[in-house]
Amino acid sequence: MSTVKLTIDNRQVEVEAGTTILEAARSIGIKIPTLCAWTERNHTPGACRVCMTEVEGQRSLVAACVFPVTEGMVIHTNTEKVRQARKMVVELLLANHPQECNFCVRNGNCELQKVAEFVGLKEVRFEYTKFPKEGMIDRSSPAIVRDSRKCIECHRCVTVCEQVQTVSVLTPAHRGSDVKVVPAFDLPLIESNCVACGQCILVCPVGALYEKDDVDAVWKALQDSTKHVIVQEAPAIRAALGEEFGMPPGSLVTGKMIAALRRLGFDKVFDTNFTADLTIIEEGNELLKRVKEGGTLPMITSCSPGWVKFCEHFYPDLLGNISTCKSPQQMFGALAKTYYAETADIDPKDIVSVSIMPCTAKKFEAQRPEMNGSGFRDVDYVLTTRELGRMIKEAGIDFEALDDEDYDAPMGEYTGAATIFGATGGVMEAALRTVYAVVTGENLPSLDITPVRGLEGVKEATVEVGPLGKVKVAVAHGLGNARKLLDKIREGNADYAFIEIMCCPGGCISGGGEPIPTNDEIRILRSDALYKDDGSVQKNRQSHENESVKKLYEKFLKEPLGHQSHKLLHTKYTNRGTDLPHRKNG
Amino acid sequence: MKAEDTELLKEFSKEQVKKLNSIIEKFKGKPGGLIPVLEEAQVVLEYLPISVQKKIASGLNLPLSRVYGVVTFYSFFTMTPRGKHTVRVCLGTACYVRGGKAIYEQIEKQFGISEGETTPDRMFTLETVRCLGACGLGPVVVVDEDVHGRVKPGKIKEILSQYN
Repeated sequence: MSTVKLTIDNRQVEVEAGTTILEAARSIGIKIPTLCAWTERNHTPGACRVCMTEVEGQRSLVAACVFPVTEGMVIHTNTEKVRQARKMVVELLLANHPQECNFCVRNGNCELQKVAEFVGLKEVRFEYTKFPKEGMIDRSSPAIVRDSRKCIECHRCVTVCEQVQTVSVLTPAHRGSDVKVVPAFDLPLIESNCVACGQCILVCPVGALYEKDDVDAVWKALQDSTKHVIVQEAPAIRAALGEEFGMPPGSLVTGKMIAALRRLGFDKVFDTNFTADLTIIEEGNELLKRVKEGGTLPMITSCSPGWVKFCEHFYPDLLGNISTCKSPQQMFGALAKTYYAETADIDPKDIVSVSIMPCTAKKFEAQRPEMNGSGFRDVDYVLTTRELGRMIKEAGIDFEALDDEDYDAPMGEYTGAATIFGATGGVMEAALRTVYAVVTGENLPSLDITPVRGLEGVKEATVEVGPLGKVKVAVAHGLGNARKLLDKIREGNADYAFIEIMCCPGGCISGGGEPIPTNDEIRILRSDALYKDDGSVQKNRQSHENESVKKLYEKFLKEPLGHQSHKLLHTKYTNRGTDLPHRKNG
Repeated sequence: MKAEDTELLKEFSKEQVKKLNSIIEKFKGKPGGLIPVLEEAQVVLEYLPISVQKKIASGLNLPLSRVYGVVTFYSFFTMTPRGKHTVRVCLGTACYVRGGKAIYEQIEKQFGISEGETTPDRMFTLETVRCLGACGLGPVVVVDEDVHGRVKPGKIKEILSQYN
């Protein structure tokens, strides 16, 4: 690789040819403000013009995020001309942005605010545009709200939807000042093929995309003394919630989270991990049944509702490959209003079942009409990690100062196998531990199955499972990676027995409901927290060792894949196709 | 003809749908095929409603959102039917000060259509332009290829009645 020498702010720097000014400046610790750029995925449309920089010999200022450096280039990032230009750019952006910062969901965590601070903006001399809310806010989806008024046209959401998730729902449409990011034909999100993964929310620099807020409904339930309000939290919450309170990424806050939920007024604090262990028992047995009886293989995991909806839209021919197991959230919901209601002697109609999820697609999943196995809505409300963070702040709880507390019985015990569900490869690892033990009667020689860990897009492993011989498995995270495996299955070239697919890059720890920012560095730290929970915090590391799950089978379910399981823990899928509902033109 | 063409046949003739299919076939799998397909399709079908865009997206294996993005980006493409004649009212500076706006409003009123819209009988599509370089003749109205200069609002009906 050839390198070039150049000067930035009177400092010499040598970088690879083809490097942009932005990267070169960063490499020597010079900060240039950016807004539209999302460098982690090479998204630099050069659209916002905030990164204006002066290059000697150039007629006008250049956008540092897209301008490649050349030999001998002399760059100034902090001249009067540069400072004025950047200020003007931000001023113009703000003149076209609703002045609602005080009650915006991204207040205090907004890149536009940060950039305004960076450039030292003191006033906006232009009259603010008055924005009609009518027709500009799309609340059609149960998971994601789009507020086009706040959109600054960075198109990061388009890139993540199209390039990373390959769902391609969002597109810039129209031209010039009319440009708007929309689903095809400006249809409401709910009528598009949106899988509700919420990755667009994670990359949005402002408050143009956010989760549908269900906090008020949960406050109302908590206030209602006739209701018994219980809560479950996905594994990924404990590895990320601390970030909402300024704790470093990767802080494992299980005990504080439980304490905070009790202070919010939840009557029982349970754990989605309990039903994650249950999922492994059901799914493991389903896999063995398929292998023995010649069922559809490879079997694919069903925990990730964004992935399930993706399959229903884009690969309906492979729905038979997806495990019929409900996701841990929905298993929990179905048991909460049956098993738990019975055990605690509470009328299920008085139970309000809340779940805390790293995920926006879980909001969609909870509303699927078939998710009423208990005779009631199995899960009443789904809150994201961010929504829970807001509730805790609103309640005036000093999160970091809380003493650790423990889960309630009978749906709070979990093993290390359950907690790693939150990271890509985790379900596979958990399943292999139990399948191996069920088949051979012994534990895996090492419970750590490292080939399925980490951020590699598609991972493969082969495990020798006693009489079953070599079992080949694969793991994909992010729907673009999932496509690679799914196309292989379609072509008949997939010799795997079992595949784990997680909708979001990195798995649930970077779901669309997780704290912002979420990037690869933070993904790894959150995953590490879960592997620490598995490796050194939890006593048991295999799902079949969960005593509460054993008791659940003894007292209630009787056997894996049995009659009760079939009724409460398994589900079926819908071919949604990619076609839009028929609409008249216009 | 396939079942997915039923929607198209509500709007277009069998002949037109057949032509659309062969246009898509011609560019299938070729990179950069979308714009030429849209262009040729519009020549055959006159406009590109949702049903046509769906057909093109599935035919070229592209996301529907991409097709829609391109159709709305280029002013050449239209999603509403075009009239037999295109009426362009100049609103450039010279025509504007000489009463171009009043002419535009007169057409709006008389035909009940705004910019970019087509009369229900599909005779006229109304458009505006910014300067045609014929400022000396302002205000100017161009119908198809014919330039009408020094137009007065009261004359509009007479001018357009020549076209049928």
